[in-house]
Amino acid sequence: MSNTERPLSPHLTIYRWPITMTLSILHRATGVAMTAGLVVLAAWLVSAASGSGDYDQFVTLMSTLAGRLLLVGRSFAFFFHLANGIRHFVWDTGRGFEKRQANASAWFVLVTAVLATVLLWVLA
Amino acid sequence: MAEFRLPKNSRIRKGQHFAAPDGVSNVRRFAVYRYDPDSGENPRVDTYEVDLDSCGPMVLDALIKIKNEVDPTLTFRRSCREGICGSCAMNIDGGNTLACTRAIDSIKGDVKIYPLPHMPVVKDLVPDLTNFYAQYASIKPWLQARTPPPPDQERLQSKEDQELINEPAACILCACCSTSCPSYWWNSDRYLGPAALLAAYRWLVDSRDDATGERLDELEDPFRLYRCHTIMNCTQTCPKDLNPAQAIAETKKMLVERRY
Repeated sequence: MSNTERPLSPHLTIYRWPITMTLSILHRATGVAMTAGLVVLAAWLVSAASGSGDYDQFVTLMSTLAGRLLLVGRSFAFFFHLANGIRHFVWDTGRGFEKRQANASAWFVLVTAVLATVLLWVLA
Repeated sequence: MAEFRLPKNSRIRKGQHFAAPDGVSNVRRFAVYRYDPDSGENPRVDTYEVDLDSCGPMVLDALIKIKNEVDPTLTFRRSCREGICGSCAMNIDGGNTLACTRAIDSIKGDVKIYPLPHMPVVKDLVPDLTNFYAQYASIKPWLQARTPPPPDQERLQSKEDQELINEPAACILCACCSTSCPSYWWNSDRYLGPAALLAAYRWLVDSRDDATGERLDELEDPFRLYRCHTIMNCTQTCPKDLNPAQAIAETKKMLVERRY
């Protein structure tokens, strides 16, 4: 029996995700998504710089269902990352580490991000 | 680099089913991870129907009952059966905890039992903790004093100073926290993990220890300490209700504060 042949015990697939773990991966996912989303921002600026025809085309594209979903997702990513980033700043001061507090702040961040997204799209 | 899929030799097959004896009514099904190093076969999950009317209240009681009455080859570590030795740490119902302090009653549906996650498996529910212990040793978990002790008494502490180490010193090194941590899953070769970092913190705040500076130097590393991303699984899962995440945050604070 050699060490290298030992199987690895299962992990992601069997672990019951606490809400804090879900938010942690969401924080990273929204960060990556927003960085990737810069391409869309660049496309918007380029289209604006290259005349009204291109700009109209960009706006048309973004007005499709897929385009709108993309923008809704982008705004949720922004609000979520912002709120959770503030949560991380509070943690950096050494506060909010009790289980009860961490779970409560997780739900607070999630609800805040959803509400802010809804508000933005209802009002704007 | 994080490898999310289990290696080929680790993927789980369907296992055997052991039905409850006839005539029992209060039956609970236990799905238990099995791996036999001598068979050369992949791990599997066996299911055992256990009569709860003739079984103790804890998950460990059920495991012992299975081993005694159904399948003597079932292998797991256990010793104190009262939550102080840390031997029976395993993944129960999706969370890492001690089988001896987890009540069967507290689990809905089938009781799923796996070894501590993302660890090399020696046999069944027994993980290889060599690396975990080596990491604990690496933080030098002993008193490093520069001054000689008083000739006629112990090194005394104030009550307040003692209170700083009460909680971190209560860690039983069961490895529940470290093996619950996704950062540890992907980087256990370089990230110390919550258990070792909680132990490091215990010595950082010990008023009798004079090696605080060196200890902090050792931790100031992008991986050893800073792979903690405050996922909080450690604190959520600790069967002793300790708070490694808080200890790590305090350590990060100490590293920042000593610059000014």
